[in-house]
Amino acid sequence: MKFDRRSLIKGALAISATFALPKMLFAARPDKAFQSTDAAGAIAELFGDTATASDQVTMKIPDIAENGAVVPVTVSTDIENVESISLLVVNNPTPLASTVNFGPRSLPNVSVRIKMGQSSPVIAIVKADGKLYSTEKEVKVTIGGCGG
Amino acid sequence: MGKPIKIRAKVKGDVAEVKALLPHDMESGLRRDPETDELVPAHYITEVVAEHKGEVVLTAYWSTAVSKNPYVAFSFTGAAPGDMIKVSWTDNSGDTSETEAAMK
Repeated sequence: MKFDRRSLIKGALAISATFALPKMLFAARPDKAFQSTDAAGAIAELFGDTATASDQVTMKIPDIAENGAVVPVTVSTDIENVESISLLVVNNPTPLASTVNFGPRSLPNVSVRIKMGQSSPVIAIVKADGKLYSTEKEVKVTIGGCGG
Repeated sequence: MGKPIKIRAKVKGDVAEVKALLPHDMESGLRRDPETDELVPAHYITEVVAEHKGEVVLTAYWSTAVSKNPYVAFSFTGAAPGDMIKVSWTDNSGDTSETEAAMK
């Protein structure tokens, strides 16, 4: 193998690309956003931007959650190039519950089960092509589980 | 070492649909021990990574607001039946767990 200038530069680019890619996928956990005690602060910390409401984001969550300890949520969207989906429970002590980053082959949907301390709006935010799209739904939590 | 993860994954066409159950107590740090009345320290999964053929297909960052024994479902393309899917987690105490399963 000849080490001329061209191949050296190519090699250097290839090596830096290999290191850059996992770094993008393994972006560190956004600890500050998780510590934020209000939803707006968590969103600002996570994205440095605000989201626009969009009917292209679908959130499946019960209107009334009998048990606040286990509330199933599914978020999906038909927006393309989705980078992440985040979930915030506005009235929880720290609203940001989950943020999911996708790879190039991922389909833009995710289901998790979350805890809700009390009735609260739940916000789902989809990040795609650097833009933020959101949907919000009010969920009533029945404490005591007696259906009242 | 954390408890093993239960994985169910099916491939339809080239789309893999993965469901994973991660046994973990997910203590919020806000609950009091009923006997001692002392706060039970927070103990929760902070990060979940799913890999297919050496490529990361999902990274989830979680708070204490994810329910006990977390469930996560997701999907991705470029899969074939028999392929392996690897799911791993790390919690706030540094504990980890990793499970690999074949997709149907």
